[in-house]
Amino acid sequence: MSNTPTVEAVPHQRHGLAESLEIASLKVPFRIKVALVWLVIGGLLLIGFLKSGFDIAWMGDHAAAIVKAVWVTIAFSIIAIACAVGLALLGALGRVSRNPIAYGVSGFYTSFFRGTPLIVQLFLWYLALPQLALGLLPEQYATWFIWPAQVAGIVGIAFNYGAYMTEIFRSGIEAVPHGQAEAAAALGMSSGQQMRRIILPQATRIVIPPTGNEFIAMMKDTALIGLLGTTLMWADPFRMAQLSGKADFRNLEALIAAALVYWGLTAVFSIFQRKLEERMGRGYVRQSKAKT
Amino acid sequence: MTEPLVRVAGLHKSFGSLEVLKGVDLEIGAGEVVVVFGRSGSGKSTFLRCINFLEDPTMGTIEVAGIKIAAGSPTRFRRKQIQSLRKTCGMVFQQFNLFPHMSVLDNVMEAPRRISGDSAKDVKDHAMALLADVGLADKAAEYPIRLSGGQQQRVAIARALAMKPQVMLFDEPTSALDPELIHEVLSVMRSLAKDHSTTMIVVTHEMGFAREVASRMCFFHEGVILEQGTPEMMFDGSRLPETQRFLNAVM
Repeated sequence: MSNTPTVEAVPHQRHGLAESLEIASLKVPFRIKVALVWLVIGGLLLIGFLKSGFDIAWMGDHAAAIVKAVWVTIAFSIIAIACAVGLALLGALGRVSRNPIAYGVSGFYTSFFRGTPLIVQLFLWYLALPQLALGLLPEQYATWFIWPAQVAGIVGIAFNYGAYMTEIFRSGIEAVPHGQAEAAAALGMSSGQQMRRIILPQATRIVIPPTGNEFIAMMKDTALIGLLGTTLMWADPFRMAQLSGKADFRNLEALIAAALVYWGLTAVFSIFQRKLEERMGRGYVRQSKAKT
Repeated sequence: MTEPLVRVAGLHKSFGSLEVLKGVDLEIGAGEVVVVFGRSGSGKSTFLRCINFLEDPTMGTIEVAGIKIAAGSPTRFRRKQIQSLRKTCGMVFQQFNLFPHMSVLDNVMEAPRRISGDSAKDVKDHAMALLADVGLADKAAEYPIRLSGGQQQRVAIARALAMKPQVMLFDEPTSALDPELIHEVLSVMRSLAKDHSTTMIVVTHEMGFAREVASRMCFFHEGVILEQGTPEMMFDGSRLPETQRFLNAVM
């Protein structure tokens, strides 16, 4: 009661400038402010680029080739994610298996491929594997293991991401309540039937969002394949940017163009993934209905 | 007396250093309804789960419908045997454990479709008949999450019956249910016992159900069957002190 007069008094007080600004600021929605921050960062970067002599005309001439190379990124990513999902499924089944061979092999797989740098693995597939094959096998078979850079690169990325996704899939399998396998077992289903029919369908739902994250990361890492060597046909945006940028000494323009391509690609897929997650997050009810 | 349908002999089960079952012997004839009761931790659920090897016994033998399996290592042959034994036992769990990614009908048809070798039409007709028996034929296309707990448990009973088991195992089937839903599950179980003469082993605290339906009651205490008998004997007030104390507490 005692502070009622104070409350009434406040509107009649004169505001300082800082206070007026604060009140005005509170009326602007948070999202608008954040958008403004983005605009300011973009504007500052743009000014910096232009001041440094950023050659917009050059970009206009060469960006198309860099952007077109995005199909290489998309193709590499799709092939690699398909292989990685297969490897991760096998790996995860090994990790939850009581068979010592399956468990041991999958443990070695995840340990090695998560414990060494991706770029080292890519060169192992590209340069070290042929040497190993030539040392061990008759020449007509050894040549099977001498791969073009693109193949070595996709295999390398698939094995590396497969190892990380093995752990995702394993945790997805383990997240299915134990009672599910018990109910299936009590009905007389074999452990293979329990896994195929009961556990994996439920685990799939759990692992789709984190698998989407891996796919986004993988799309960016396909840029490493170019480091093994490439042809013009298989050049990804990064490699195209390097080639054209170096030739004209327009590295800033070229690399910014390449970065924007990857950024755009991941942004588009992130939107797609958010929609997918929303769909799955709507609860099991709708999700199950949608399947029928 | 005819050959018993279920024969448990010298059953021991330890979890690490904790001995939960300390030598249980029990024979159950076809058509009997055996209610297993006792304090929590007395080993009654473990006993039930040992019968279909969801828990692997430490010692002893289990025989159901002529399939006899002793405690031992999980060899390939023994796993096959256990799988055959499980086909003769239907089990109903406290938490229902329906398959959430399948419709009610698919839940009931899943095991027979994969295992029984019956034609697709027979499997479906049988499943629909079972759903009608538990009063849920109209929910066949529904997903489990859309059903109440009582309805889910009735589906779970239909699912367990779909493999045409010779004995039904109920592990506290009404303990996870809201009080007003308990009766619908119990009435399905009552009808199984009375109208279909189903052999049943029921772990439950529902003493009203036991009094009405059980042919025999087994009181589990500290890992053994301390005493057993007909419901009349159990409720006549002249039991061992442990049994009497438990009955007074739950009734």
